[in-house]
Formats: sequence, structure tokens, C-alpha cells
Amino acid sequence: MSAVSHSRLDLSYNDTWLRLRNKLGKALIYLTIISLSLIFVVPLLSMFSMSLMPREQVGAWPPEWIPNPVQFENYAKALYFWNFAQSFRNTVLVTGLSMIGDLLSCTLVAYGFARFRFPGRNALFMVLLGTLMLPFAVTMVPLYIGYNAIGWVNTFNPLIVPHFFGNAFYIFLLRQFFMTIPEELTDAAKIDGAGEFQIWARIMIPLARPAIIVVAILSFQTHWNDFLGPLLYLKDQQLHTLAIGLYKFQGLPGQGSLYNEMMAATVLMVLPVLVVFAIFQKQFVQGVTLSGLKG
Amino acid sequence: MSSATVQPLVRKRTLNPFRDLSPARRREALYGFLFISPWLIGLVIFTLGPFIASLILSFTNYSILQPGRWVGFDNYIRAFTNDDLFWISLRNTVVYVVGSVTIRVILGFVLALLLNTKIRFLALWRTLFYIPSIVPIVATTIIWLYVLNPRFGLLNWFLGFFGVPRLRWLTSPDTAMLGLLVMSSWWVGTTMIIFLAGLQGIPEDYHDAAKIDGANAWQRLLRITIPLMTPTIFFNVIIGIINAFQVFTQALIMTNGGPLNATRFYMLYLYDNAFGYLPPQMGYASALAWILFVIIFVLSLVVVRSSDRWVFYGN
Repeated sequence: MSAVSHSRLDLSYNDTWLRLRNKLGKALIYLTIISLSLIFVVPLLSMFSMSLMPREQVGAWPPEWIPNPVQFENYAKALYFWNFAQSFRNTVLVTGLSMIGDLLSCTLVAYGFARFRFPGRNALFMVLLGTLMLPFAVTMVPLYIGYNAIGWVNTFNPLIVPHFFGNAFYIFLLRQFFMTIPEELTDAAKIDGAGEFQIWARIMIPLARPAIIVVAILSFQTHWNDFLGPLLYLKDQQLHTLAIGLYKFQGLPGQGSLYNEMMAATVLMVLPVLVVFAIFQKQFVQGVTLSGLKG
Repeated sequence: MSSATVQPLVRKRTLNPFRDLSPARRREALYGFLFISPWLIGLVIFTLGPFIASLILSFTNYSILQPGRWVGFDNYIRAFTNDDLFWISLRNTVVYVVGSVTIRVILGFVLALLLNTKIRFLALWRTLFYIPSIVPIVATTIIWLYVLNPRFGLLNWFLGFFGVPRLRWLTSPDTAMLGLLVMSSWWVGTTMIIFLAGLQGIPEDYHDAAKIDGANAWQRLLRITIPLMTPTIFFNVIIGIINAFQVFTQALIMTNGGPLNATRFYMLYLYDNAFGYLPPQMGYASALAWILFVIIFVLSLVVVRSSDRWVFYGN
């Protein structure tokens, strides 16, 4: 064998080795990702399957995965016997009204900060950012005392009314977006005789739709998931939201044998979030990256 | 911002900030205040008022059942010198903070690196890892009470394949904290998404140039990726610490601080003082809240102060 062909052979050997190594590396990455993502999703899948299981299958060892027979009545029991239908309605009501409050107040305030010059604007905006650092624990006790004094404990008011007065983080996000909208657009409308509120409603809100959807999703998640607020203020069972209903159900003596019905109630709480996520996946991810940037 | 109006050379100090404004500017300022008025009113009623009230309460022995008496610094002195549960809950919280933040940052970074290797179906994998993070926390606790169940839980079943004997998880003081830490890893998706966005922002030229210079994958990770990602990593660590410091819901629902105070966290202890104990100790709870506030305030200052040293703004 001549020296030239030997070196060529060497090269091709190296080449296939590299390619093999690359392929092996890729396979390893795929294997890791697939197995890890399975581990992540299994608890969620078992929630769904358990919610359809008969009582005997719950708590089997080793765990059983497929409901046999499929028992839809777990949902009926969760909804009507354990009254989660009422909790569901309450959660929809509180979440819906709070979202309206958040969106209405935050777009107004953000527009004020973005487009008007007034004395103390920058200082007030720093105060707004400063309130983001304040842990809820600090205001929790005086707020409770105040709501108790005006008879709002055991009503939905403390969970809804404050959201009509703005949320610092959403105001910040919307203001950043409003500032990117060219001033020529609003100036043109002004020349046409539009008032400030008309400009807010007819120009700013339609143009800020992408940012508003992100804020709406963050707001939906916050209120749908809220636990501490309802825990403090909703005492009567008639007023319970899903979060509190599940917490109380979980604490019942003997709930260990009711895992299937409890999981059915859990699905009732999780499913709407998953549906919203399926529709607005992109905005969810944007919301995460934006909240990751806050501070 | 450039202003077309001619500014007087010497501004007279006046009590009325509107006086110097032209009629048009005055009208603009009035509209500005009108638009931000919901927040201004809310700030006074729901934030500043309670903020000051909380500070005052922390120097009293107020409970909702009886009017309070001024006790000076007694609440603070009691917390630091005469309350074992304060120190136990603070220690537990620090353990949880260190554990959960370490898990989330390292696992989140590794997952983001794996997903950033030009693999197929990226959106699918990203979704699968992220979905647990959107599950409402109360639902998560119900699901994980099953996963961590000592008799028929999924985790014991899974660990059984590696020869690990069945653990008692939340029912034993030795493993309860570990159980909550394992559970916290389920939320790694959020951190992963932020890291992934950061990784995708690193220009490919950097890696290509280093490859030509003969740097292997490990060297590129240590010399290019990690230095460029430090601001994101640092930021996630601080935000993670601030959030984990307020761990509450899962501990209240899953262990209620037990067994034997193994998972009695700071917020749980604060909540018990304010609303759980009879009579409630709202004055003392307010002092605990202010101690927490100072801790979080200092951590936030670290973020603000150091951001210019850490944040990499591109070229």
C-alpha cells in the first residue's frame, strides 16, 4: 500500500468514526430527552387515567395505568355529590371579573404612563416598579383586618375589586408595548377630533392586541390558580373556588379511598388551563420569558 | 424627550407643579393623572396603607379579637431570641431555597442545552417539559400526594427499578423535605424556557469561530455558552430565591409543616401566627412579615445593583 492511499484510508476512517460518534451522540440526546419528558408527563397522565378508574384500581401495587372498566360516574360524583360544579362556577366568576378588572385598569394606566407628560411621572413609575418587590405577606394582615371591618370577608369582593385598580407588572408590560406604537397614529386621530379616551379605545387597544393577550393569559392563570386569597376570604362552602374545594376535599378523613373522585375534580381544575394553553401556546411562552425578565 | 417650549433660565420653586405649565401642557398633565388614577387610588388603599399599617402592627400585640397595645421592639426581640419555631422555619426555608433553586437552575440549564442541539420536534419536547409548570399549584399538590404516596405512589414504584426500598416521603421527618424538593423539580419547565430563549440568542458565529480554532464541545460550553448566559443564570437564581422564600401552598396542603416541623416554612409559620392560632397573633405575624420583607428587599437590591456588571447586552 502506498503512502498516499494509506493517508486517504486514514482520513476516511476518521471521517466514519466522527460520523458514528455524532450519530451516537444524537441518539443519546434523543434517548435522554424522550425518557425525561416521559417522566415529566406521567404524573399528569396518571391523573387523567385515575379519574376514570373504579375504586379497586386506585392504590393497586404495582400501579395500574388503564382504567378498567372506564368509570365516568367519578366525574358526576365530583360535580354533584361533592359540589365541584358550584366551585367551578365560582372560579369562572372570580377569574372572569378579575381579568376584566386587570385588563381595563392596566390598559388605562399604561396609556397614561406611556403617552402623557405630567409632573412626577418618572418618580411615580419608579414607585410602581418598586411595588413589584413587595411580598404579599407584608400587606396580607392589614388587608384582612380592613376587609373584615367593612364586612367583605366571606364574599368575592376582596378577590375581585382590587384588580380594578391595576397590577404593577401588567402596567409595566403594557406601557413598554404602548411606547412602541408610533405617535403619528395618535396625533392623526387627535387632528380628526378624537378625544383621549377614544384614542385609548379605538387605536391603542386594537394595536396592542398581542401584548394584551399575553397579559390576559398571565391574569387568567393567576386568578384561576389563586389559593391564598380564597383561603383567607372564602369560608362558606357555597363560595369555594376549585382551589379551596380541592384543598378541603383532600383534607377529608378517609379521602384515601376517594382518589378517583378527587382526581376527577383535579381534572376539572387542570383542563381549562390546558385548553387555553393549547390555543395560546405562543403567548404562554412569551409570558414566561417576559416574567423571567421582570424585576 | 425634547420639548419645544422655551424653558425659563431660573425656575421658581413653587408648591404647585402645574403653575409653570402652558395650558396645553396642563391639559395633558391632567389627562395623564386621570388615566393613571385607578392605580394611584389602588396604591394608597391596597399597598401604601396596608404597608404602613403592617409596620405599625409589628410593634403591637394586636389580634383581630382584641385591640392591640404598643409593645415596642418586643415582637422582633422575641423572634430572634425567644422563638425556636422562628429559627426552625427560617432554616427549613433556606434548605428548601438552596435545594429547589439548585435543582431548577441546573436541570433547567441541562434541558435547555439538550433542546438547543437542533433536534427535531423541538416544539413538542419543549411543550412536554413546560406543561407541568402551568398546572395549578393545588392540582399539582393533589397529583403529587399520589406520586409520593408511601404505599402505592409512582415515585416508589419508579425507584424500585433501581433497587431503592420504598420510602415514606412526606410521612417521615427524614424524607419530607426531600419529597417537596423532588416535587419542585416538576416546575423546571419555566426556567428551561427562559434559558432556551437565551441560548437561541447566542450568535452561531461565536461557536463556529471557536470550532475553527479547535475548541471542543466542552470547551465551547465553558468558554462561550456559560459566560454569555451568566446574566440569565444569575437572574434566574435571584428570582428563584425570592419565589422559593415564599414557599407556602404545597407545605400547607401536603404536610401542614409536619412531620415534626420538618417542613415548617417561614410563610407557613407566618400564616399560622396571623390566622391559624387562637388567639391570632397578628402583631407578631406582621413583625415576621417585615423580617421577610427586609430579606427579599436586600436580595432585590443585589439584582438591581449588580445587573450592569452581569448583563451582557450583545456587542
